[in-house]
Amino acid sequence: MNPHDVVISGIGLVSSLGEGPDAHWQKLVQPRLEPVLEASRFSPYTVHPLPEVDWNLQISKRGDQRQMETWQRLGTYAAGLALDDAGIKGNDELCATMDMVVAAGGGERDEAVDAAILAASESRNDRDVLLNEKLTTELRPTLFLAQLSNLLAGNISIVHKVTGSSRTFMGEEGAGVAAVETAAARIRSGQSTHILVGGAFQTEHSDMLLGYELAGYLHRGPWRPVWQRQGAEGGGVVTGSGGAFLVLEQREHATSRGRKIYAELGPVLSGRARRRRGELDGEIAMLLKQAALPDGELLAISGASGAHAATAAEKSALEANPAIAARGFATLTGHMKEAQFPFAVALAALAVDREAAYPVFDATVEKPFAGVPKTVLATAIGYHQFEGMALIKAA
Amino acid sequence: MANLNDHMGRPIVAVTGIGVVTSLGVGKADNWAALTSGKSGIHPITRFPVDHLNTRISGMVDFLPSSSKGASLLTYELAETAAQEAMSEAGLDAGDFGGPLFLASPPVELDWSERFSLYNSDTHDTGAERLLRVARGLRELDIFETTQFGSIADRLADRFGTRGLPITLSTACASGATAIQLGVEAIRRGECDRALSIGADGSATAEALIRFSLLSALSTHNDIPEKASKPFSKDRDGFVLAEGSGALVLESLEAALARGATILGILRGCGEKADDFHRTRSKPDGSPAIAAVRAALADAGLSEDGIDYVNAHGTSTPENDKMEHLSLSTVFGERISSMPVSSNKSMIGHTLSAAGAVEAAFSLMTMRESVIPPTINYDNPDPAIVLDVVPNTKRNAEVGTVLSNSFGFGGQNTCLVMAREPV
Repeated sequence: MNPHDVVISGIGLVSSLGEGPDAHWQKLVQPRLEPVLEASRFSPYTVHPLPEVDWNLQISKRGDQRQMETWQRLGTYAAGLALDDAGIKGNDELCATMDMVVAAGGGERDEAVDAAILAASESRNDRDVLLNEKLTTELRPTLFLAQLSNLLAGNISIVHKVTGSSRTFMGEEGAGVAAVETAAARIRSGQSTHILVGGAFQTEHSDMLLGYELAGYLHRGPWRPVWQRQGAEGGGVVTGSGGAFLVLEQREHATSRGRKIYAELGPVLSGRARRRRGELDGEIAMLLKQAALPDGELLAISGASGAHAATAAEKSALEANPAIAARGFATLTGHMKEAQFPFAVALAALAVDREAAYPVFDATVEKPFAGVPKTVLATAIGYHQFEGMALIKAA
Repeated sequence: MANLNDHMGRPIVAVTGIGVVTSLGVGKADNWAALTSGKSGIHPITRFPVDHLNTRISGMVDFLPSSSKGASLLTYELAETAAQEAMSEAGLDAGDFGGPLFLASPPVELDWSERFSLYNSDTHDTGAERLLRVARGLRELDIFETTQFGSIADRLADRFGTRGLPITLSTACASGATAIQLGVEAIRRGECDRALSIGADGSATAEALIRFSLLSALSTHNDIPEKASKPFSKDRDGFVLAEGSGALVLESLEAALARGATILGILRGCGEKADDFHRTRSKPDGSPAIAAVRAALADAGLSEDGIDYVNAHGTSTPENDKMEHLSLSTVFGERISSMPVSSNKSMIGHTLSAAGAVEAAFSLMTMRESVIPPTINYDNPDPAIVLDVVPNTKRNAEVGTVLSNSFGFGGQNTCLVMAREPV
């Protein structure tokens, strides 16, 4: 143990399964848990929808809620859960010195305005003029702020008063990986003592589905577990709404204020395989090697998206090591894009903290893990690009 | 033997390559010539019709092959062009950089031209349902790539052979400065000997313009475009939307000297502080901006007396310029009225995600050339803002250190301190 170790002292989670680390643990340890699915609203796509959330619990001012759309509310809410869990929320001094790295995509566009413009475009040749005409009169001025990537962090500053620093990383799963990796590096080097890191994804909006489907990545037809979508109709990804925020803290800082530590965050690894050149298999193998996995049985919390090529590559890399027992949590939560890696790290930390593994999420593919997980691997192999892993260890 | 570590024992970070593109032109030479002769790059918008628009001028980059091809492709080309210039100046193999990439770029969305063409290629269903139907029938990835937030950096990583997972970031109008800060930090932590930091923004679409317009952020002085951006003037009425890119090759001083590279300047300190007051307005007492300036000075190991010149954020909005003056006068006290403080945005407009990187490039050139670019259009000073803005004409001056400010929506405040020489 080193006083400059990075530890996880707060977890905020929201998914279709509920909210908070305890609720997720209770659900996920139930054998043969059924996923929460919404198959009709976005048919032919199935999504894992948000649970009922009382935004007031973390965003007390209605005025603040009105300035956001669901994505920013969700992220701000999950961030609040993590801050509460770490005993930082409402502590002015800790919030004012807290750094923040948010992994973000974009917020929701106004679907009705867009649809009206598209409908009008069928009978107009001057489409650029049409655009000016409609956008100048029909866009809500504040919607722009609800769409801006860095305004999730901005809202967290406003609502929760986290103001040490504020950085937003973009780039799908890779943004989540880089956010956790950078935050950990800052703590290890003594640049920071406590950092809020995480992201959110709100899939229940057509543009969020379009972001995958322009390359045909979404799974269609009857739902299947994440490892069993090869050969099915569509591209294999089933998305979910959710958010995951972690409070990462220097060990000394956390212990000196008497906080519960879930786990230590060990090495965080990232990579960029040039997949068109067939480098993905080699990249995953190299990351596993760099992680220096401990001897013996190892639980792996996989962020696999279901995307055919990336998921097949990850599955075969994990199966190549008989000691690894993988859990593809997208089976139960769906793919949460920027939030996927922070979510994987959170679930890994929970298993380490509770000294128990999750049961299989898919009995036909995953194998049981009987022991006490002292070290857990978390992965996020991007559906299209970028790869990351981390080892989470007993505190 | 030069000292290779700074006042906190960290590796000193040198700049060995600089690249820049703005509406004034491609490359440092053209930009510097225009900037020091007080020339404006602001011009009438021709990329799209301006019917119904209150603002009809911008600092768009209209002369690149991708200028009419949408925000994603133009942002890529801007980034690539600036990075190529920086790499060649640094004397590095432009296909095998071997260090990490930090890219500040605008959030991406499916361009309207693509939305229209996808939508009108089918007649079944309406609205989003039709778009999704058409999307799943596409057989190539070009449109998809424009909607992935990591794709521009991924292409740049391929192009320049950068190492590892590239980081794409947004801290709104402070993004360019944050990209540089991330590079500096990576070198200081010993993770790498060199880093490529780029800020690029080619997202001046009609929708972007309308969005800023609806927030009353843009100047509507359309009649004489080159006079529209007038930072610190009494009649300033908003910023001018613009495009551009800036790229820096950052290296540990030790690595740069070891390979005999020319040291163009030193990235001496970075500071940041978030504001929790409002989504678009700063805390009235200016405390977050003040804290960011002070954090940058402390990180650089300099006192208030150590700064020779301020490259201001200076957007020409009523709010920013007032707040920037308040924060500078709070930090620098009486001295601020005699310190040169100029705004490049008076000539190039606000390049948004690129601004911090573009203005860092110009700050470094200011020191190397011993010439301070002016704040143009300073014909009607704001009596409440007493600053030496280097009005209207350049000034020859020895400048050893620069503070460059970047402030953005969402409470983003990032400041950089650069120096001509290692300590």
